[in-house]
Amino acid sequence: MNITLRINGKLESIECLPGEMLTEVLRRAGHFEVKKGCDTGNCGACTVLVDGKPVLSCSYLAVRAEGKEVTTIQGLADEAKKFAAFLTAEGADQCGFCAPGFALTVLAMKDEFSSIPDEAQIRHYLAGNLCRCSGYEGQIRAIKKYLEAQHAE
Amino acid sequence: MQNNDYPTPLPNDATLEATEKFNVVAHDLPKVDGEGLVLGRPAYTDDLVPPNALYVKLVRSPHAFARILSIDPTDALALPGVVCVLTWKDVPRIPITRAGQGNPEPSPHDRFILDEYVRYVGDEVAVVAAETEALAEKAAGLVKVEYQKLKPVLDFEHALDNPIVIHPEPGIHEMFPIGFEPKRNIAAAYHMEIGDVEQELAASPVKVETTVHTQAQQHVALEPHTAFSYIDLQGRLVIVTSTQNPWHTRRLLGLAFQMPLRQIRIVKPRIGGGFGGKQHIHVEPYVAMVTMKTGRPARLALTRREVFEATFTRHEMRVKVRLGANPDGKLRAIDMQVLSNTGAYGEHALTTFMVAGSKTLPLYNKVSAVRFGGHVVYTNKVSAGAFRGYGAIQGLTGLEAAMDELAHKVGIDPVELRRNNMLHEGETSEVFRIMGEGTEGVAMNIESCKLEECIARGKELIGWDFTQLVREVAPGVLRAKGMAIAMQGSGIPLIDMGSARIELQDGGFFKLHVGATDLGTGSDTILAQIAAEELGVDMADIVVYSSDTDHTPFDVGAYASSTTYVSGSAVLKAARSLKAKLIEAVAEKFGVAPKDIVYTQKTFMTADGTKSLSLNDFSYDTLYHDGEKMKTIEATESFSGSKSPPPYLAAFVEIEIDTETGKVNVVHYVAVADVGTPINPNLAKVQIEGGLLQGIGLALYEDVRYSEAGHMLSHNMMTYPIPSREDVGRITVELVDSYEPSGPFGAKSAGEIGIDTPPAAIANAIRNATGVRLTEYPFTPERVLAALKAAKTQHT
Repeated sequence: MNITLRINGKLESIECLPGEMLTEVLRRAGHFEVKKGCDTGNCGACTVLVDGKPVLSCSYLAVRAEGKEVTTIQGLADEAKKFAAFLTAEGADQCGFCAPGFALTVLAMKDEFSSIPDEAQIRHYLAGNLCRCSGYEGQIRAIKKYLEAQHAE
Repeated sequence: MQNNDYPTPLPNDATLEATEKFNVVAHDLPKVDGEGLVLGRPAYTDDLVPPNALYVKLVRSPHAFARILSIDPTDALALPGVVCVLTWKDVPRIPITRAGQGNPEPSPHDRFILDEYVRYVGDEVAVVAAETEALAEKAAGLVKVEYQKLKPVLDFEHALDNPIVIHPEPGIHEMFPIGFEPKRNIAAAYHMEIGDVEQELAASPVKVETTVHTQAQQHVALEPHTAFSYIDLQGRLVIVTSTQNPWHTRRLLGLAFQMPLRQIRIVKPRIGGGFGGKQHIHVEPYVAMVTMKTGRPARLALTRREVFEATFTRHEMRVKVRLGANPDGKLRAIDMQVLSNTGAYGEHALTTFMVAGSKTLPLYNKVSAVRFGGHVVYTNKVSAGAFRGYGAIQGLTGLEAAMDELAHKVGIDPVELRRNNMLHEGETSEVFRIMGEGTEGVAMNIESCKLEECIARGKELIGWDFTQLVREVAPGVLRAKGMAIAMQGSGIPLIDMGSARIELQDGGFFKLHVGATDLGTGSDTILAQIAAEELGVDMADIVVYSSDTDHTPFDVGAYASSTTYVSGSAVLKAARSLKAKLIEAVAEKFGVAPKDIVYTQKTFMTADGTKSLSLNDFSYDTLYHDGEKMKTIEATESFSGSKSPPPYLAAFVEIEIDTETGKVNVVHYVAVADVGTPINPNLAKVQIEGGLLQGIGLALYEDVRYSEAGHMLSHNMMTYPIPSREDVGRITVELVDSYEPSGPFGAKSAGEIGIDTPPAAIANAIRNATGVRLTEYPFTPERVLAALKAAKTQHT
């Protein structure tokens, strides 16, 4: 079967199987920025935005995306680059496998909060984006600095 | 844990002295691949698969121990689009090891790529290849396998001399004596003694005995193990894979398939984490079989469940430590006896076991007698393998528990007890000479050890007050502090070797080719920093390419905390050698002696200042303009350490324990480390922060659980949760000024040292809080509560 959706602003009609998850379909369409980490909706590496809200694409049936607007980190590349500068400045990018999904969630958080979230709010919002390399501390440092810089802009 | 009660933010680190000394090294430069990875550019193995690749799925054993009576692929092959089903009858019967280690491997060759026997639930039975992944999966389910079920051995305490023999098959062997006795279910054994431990213990007025049991642990690198293979234009087998050791992989595959190594190329692209979990061949043999059979590219990406059930875990160990001391706390004897569970196959059996002693016992080098020994046994569980900490974390958990028990017994501040007995700069330990990794060790004087400084700073950061290590913050809720110290190594001396090649390019930049394997640690970046520092150029002038057996010089791979020290030293040697060649070539051009050339700011000048030439101009001269003098200027150098200088770490933790629920939370974890000169302080710090959290996970949450039949119950990230951002209060890591004379620009390793202390420090804090010594890991609320209750019952 085929589904029609917008991926990063571009209208696309792509093939999928009835029970297939969005991760598989996006990767098959060349969106390698959507990572497959755990298959069970726990790690957050597959995060994409559906109509602006972060979802775990490994637990989101592809057919549900029919007619929706799907955004991967590539769709927000300019903003992602800004955040990447802060993340890499802290050395907290490490293996990078969690990074696209994690960065996308950071960008979604930034848009969702009207003021700068405090550390507990940041940790809570991003609790579903797991990282096995960094111990999170460097990422928290990077997020705080990024949010402060964005707020100052 | 949702903990809003964070300690006041700490001031930034004091600037390291090293930062002032260097231009590129000891600076916090961003990782060379960082932005690309954040943007999700295709980089990992599964992003690069050729479009016409076959999809590979493995049929795995549903039994913990069984003999395969028959495999019938008829139904699977009948599905249109299924290309082949391969079984043990399709591979040469060559015993190998899956462990990526030096040659000859210290692991027994007790494994076949596919075998007539299966020895754990998840063991490989057959290889299925099809046009799509869904088809391959469906076909794998249609392969009919008839098993003769055998009774498994699941408890490692009952494996030794059990009438059930897990490896009765002929042909398996050790590569050199490692104590391999398969008929007794022993994969490896070792014993050493310095002095007379029993006599010294008998003569010691104070004695302590502690036994801890550390569990198996899963690596949970976020990228599952993945490989694809194809035949290149010259008919050679190319495997692109998420491996930590391309050369060992090539060598082991050559052995397994009886292929000349010249026919194989291994390429490692970006890896999504390793932690030792990718130091083995788990996927490569199966894609290779399909490609060799069909001539077509083949891809295998494990599911997360397969990673859990069928790659490796940390070795479960039971560590018994006996200490003998004087009433003033002067340590006289240490006895460490270990039982280790290697699971179904003996990968890293001997070496992880020996490291439990070799990288912990030297910490207390003033004893008169020290002994280490025990067995590594087979069970019908998934194999254990390399995992960050590699035995040291298990050994240290036992040793540092015993040290705290001794402190309680003699009534001394545990910090002071350690200070009075520990290793100092300029000293040595006999253990270094006696215990290596599977072989004898290498004698070594400690030229850098800032443990005293680490301890002093750690005490300050946590606010250590021996008279007040515990306080009640709410009814039944205690906050308590505990500590531990640790050491690791920097590569395996005289065994690990790394190489680097640097070549001048037109445009005045350099190509740096290293065999070293960046698994997300940032080694490509720090190796480029080392080259840039020595060549007097910017980071941007070094273009790094790594880990390709066809295109980069040899390196054993990324493990044993070796990359910065071993591969980094090779880069430094190559850069020095190249710099000398550049100066020599310019001197010849100018008609002066090399000693009369000054090289600074990317410019060569004669000492008298009359002639000068930029590096950029010279690069064009030597490649395009200098007629018969034209040449490529490059240098290749190798390094093999004659020692393995340990990094050190002092850890202090504040925990909160709810005595009503048994829940333990880490409020603040302070770690101060001596890693020598950190080549990139941020990356070194993040390595330690990540290691600490993995160690905290081991201490409090992570457990590999099995059913009574040997099925893994914790086979996904729901049933085996790793710490999230909300699970730990705060982690503070600082690095102290230190300089290791034998390391590149004074560097030692930073990759493993972070993981070692949490299980011990947290146990010691719980002991300080409650008076109860917990010994069964992980410290889940159920266990903590049960231990508290048991202690109470015993008391009353």
